[in-house]
Order: sequence, then structure tokens, then C-alpha cells
Amino acid sequence: MLTMPGALRDAIIAHARADHPDEACGVIAGPAGGDRPERFIPMTNAERSPTFYRFDSMEQLRVWREMDERDEEPVVIYHSHTATEAYPSRTDIAYAMEPGAHYVLVSTRHSEEVEFRSFRIVDGVVTEEEVRVAEDDPAGGRLLE
Amino acid sequence: MAIEIRIPTILRSYTDGAKSVEGSGDTLADVIADLDSRHGGLQERLVDDSGLRRFVNVYLNDEDVRFLGGLSAPVRDGDTITVLPAVAGGGL
Repeated sequence: MLTMPGALRDAIIAHARADHPDEACGVIAGPAGGDRPERFIPMTNAERSPTFYRFDSMEQLRVWREMDERDEEPVVIYHSHTATEAYPSRTDIAYAMEPGAHYVLVSTRHSEEVEFRSFRIVDGVVTEEEVRVAEDDPAGGRLLE
Repeated sequence: MAIEIRIPTILRSYTDGAKSVEGSGDTLADVIADLDSRHGGLQERLVDDSGLRRFVNVYLNDEDVRFLGGLSAPVRDGDTITVLPAVAGGGL
């Protein structure tokens, strides 16, 4: 299960809408081992493509080093699909290299409807998980169902 | 002094869980071969017949090695090599 503050979910959706029709991508960092997404880091899609994304390699180095220094890890790795459902494609599965991350997919194919789903992708196996949106309360807070 | 190589989570099964290991060599290719002699299988995860694998990012200090000659990039004692899997995918 992925539990995240509503403000972070909204930030991912806003980024995906803003970059549509290109795919948007980014990370939410959190304390290592804590499984708590806290710090929103939108990334440049170096491919600037409606069907593909790749983090810019130099930006990735900078962000990964910063996470290392802060003792954080990429808790969420998100990207958008702009014409298809919010489900990992074969490409997504082939390139998924962070077995500890929650892979969040957003689809922007419908302008009114939000599709926001989360998956684990480990050794080519996709497992969907529940997303719970918590209030922005550092203590964990109540859950908004 | 040796060359430090920082290993990403997904490849730490080759380094007994170590986040960084030491190696030696005059070029990136030498260092990778040296690593493979102690951490068998690592080379194949980083390199294929055409050179560095497309979805592996390798950095020498602060630069992407693709801009430094790839596998033939010269390295010196005290350098740091960082390996990061590319984060990529897409709807098709």
C-alpha cells in the first residue's frame, strides 16, 4: 500500500497535466527505510515525448546525490501516460530498476477524469497496490477516504 | 589510492550489499573488468557488445562518461565512478 499526503498526489497530477501531451516524470523522496513520500522532485523528461520518458542523466545524478546526503531514497517514481491507461507498459516493466520504489502512473488521456495508480515492479512482475491519501500531517494523520 | 565505484541498490547483490567498492585501472573499461574479477557478473550488467548499456548511466566524478569517451574514458586514482540505472519507460 502507498500512503501519501494529498498535496503530493495533487502535485503529481498537476505536473502530468502541465506537460501533457508529453509524458511527465519525477520522484518523491522520503527518509531511507521509512516508506514515507515527503519531498516532491519533478524531473525533466529528457525525451520530451508523448510516448517515452527518461530522466535527464545529469539531473538524476544531482538529485540522487542530494538524496544520499539527506539519507533519503526514491520512495515514489512517477510518470504519466498521455494516451493510454495508468498501467505499466512493457517498456515501463523492462526499465524498472528500483525494486523498493512505488511506481505511480497517472493517465492524462481524459482531461476531466483522474487516473492515479501505484504499482510495485520487481523482476518484471507487476503488482498493483492500494493508494491511500492522508492529510498533510507529519504524524501520519487521519486518512481521507 | 584507488578508484571508488558507487553501486546502485539493484546491483548490490553483486557486491555483497556494499554501496561502494574499490577498483583500479587506466580506463573505465579496465576498472569494470577489474571489478568483474572480484564481483563476477557485474560487467555484463554494465556493458554489452556495443559498449555501455543504453539504460545504465555511468558518471566519472561529476560528468556522464558518454561525454568523456565512454568505456575508453581515462580514470585516475582518487576518481569516483557512480553507476545509476536510467529511470525510463513510457506508454508504448
